[in-house]
Amino acid sequence: MKLRQVQQLLGARVLCGERWLDTKEVATCFGSNMMSKVLARGKRQTILCTGLTNVQVIRTANMTELCAVVFVEDKLPKASVTEEAESWGLPLLATPLPLEDVCRLLDEAGLPSCDKGRAP
Amino acid sequence: MTDTLKLSYYCPGDDFDRAGEASAKVKKALQRLGVPPDVVRRVAIGTYEAELNVIIHAGGGTVTAEVSGESTLITVSDEGKGIPDIQAALQEGFSTAPEYARQMGFGAGMGLPNMMKCSDEFNIESTVGKGTVITMRFCHRSEDL
Ligand SMILES: Nc1ncnc2c1ncn2[C@@H]1O[C@H](COP(=O)(O)OP(=O)(O)OP(=O)(O)O)[C@@H](O)[C@H]1O
Ligand SMILES: [Mg+2]
Repeated sequence: MKLRQVQQLLGARVLCGERWLDTKEVATCFGSNMMSKVLARGKRQTILCTGLTNVQVIRTANMTELCAVVFVEDKLPKASVTEEAESWGLPLLATPLPLEDVCRLLDEAGLPSCDKGRAP
Repeated sequence: MTDTLKLSYYCPGDDFDRAGEASAKVKKALQRLGVPPDVVRRVAIGTYEAELNVIIHAGGGTVTAEVSGESTLITVSDEGKGIPDIQAALQEGFSTAPEYARQMGFGAGMGLPNMMKCSDEFNIESTVGKGTVITMRFCHRSEDL
C-alpha cells in the first residue's frame, strides 16, 4: 500500500516528506523501541513505528533504508531531527495512537510486521 | 574504477548526537561511486554499528573506508578500553552498554553479530587498555541481506 494510506489509517500528522506519501510503497511495518533490532532485522519498504524520537532513530531508518518513521503517542522529535530526515527524503509521521494499536491496525490493513514470530 | 579511494572520519566520543555522521558520509560516497545498492546498504549498516560502538563503548574512534572496483574495506579503530573477552562479546545478547544508550534504543548486544552478518569478511582485534580495531570487507557483487 502507499504511505498515504498508512497516514490516513493512523490519523497521522505529517512532520515532513508530504510530497513522497503518494509515491512511496510500504510492504511491512516494524514496531520497536530497540534500534539494535531494527538494524539487524529491518527491511526495505518498511515503516518503523516507535516511541523514541532521538536523532539515532532516523539515522537507523536511513541506514537500513526504511521508507518512513511513525512516532506514536504524539511524541515529536526536535526540529533538527525533522530537518535531517527531510534532507534524506525520509517522511516522518506522528500519530496519537499507542504502539500496540498502530501495529494492530496496520496488520489488519494488510501490512504485517517484518519481525513476525520474534519477541517484541 | 582501478584506483582505491580512501576516506577517513574521526568520531568524537563525547557526543552521541553525532553518531552516524561518518557512516552517512560513507554511504553517500559509495552511492556516488556507483557501488551496487544492496552492497551500499550492507556497508552502511555495518559501519553504523561499528561507529555506534566506538562512541558508546570506546570514547570515540576513526572510521576509514577504502573503496576499489571489487570491494569496500571498512576499518573502525579506537584507543578505548578494549574488550576483555571477544568471544563473549560476539554472542548475541552480550552488552555492557550504559543506561543512556539503552534509553536511546541500543544495547541489545546485537551490533557485533550484525556486522558479521552484513560483511563478507569480518575481523576484530582488541587489547584491554589499548583499544579495538574492526575490519569488514564487502564485495561489490550484488547480494541483499
Ligand atoms: N569498540 C569497543 N570498545 C570496547 N568495547 C566494545 C567495543 N565494541 C563492542 N564492545 C563490547 O562488546 C559488547 C557487544 O557489542 P555489540 O555491538 O554486539 O552490542 P552493544 O553495543 O552492547 O548493543 P547494540 O549493538 O545492540 O546496541 C559491548 O556491550 C561492549 O561490552
Ligand atoms: Mg553495538
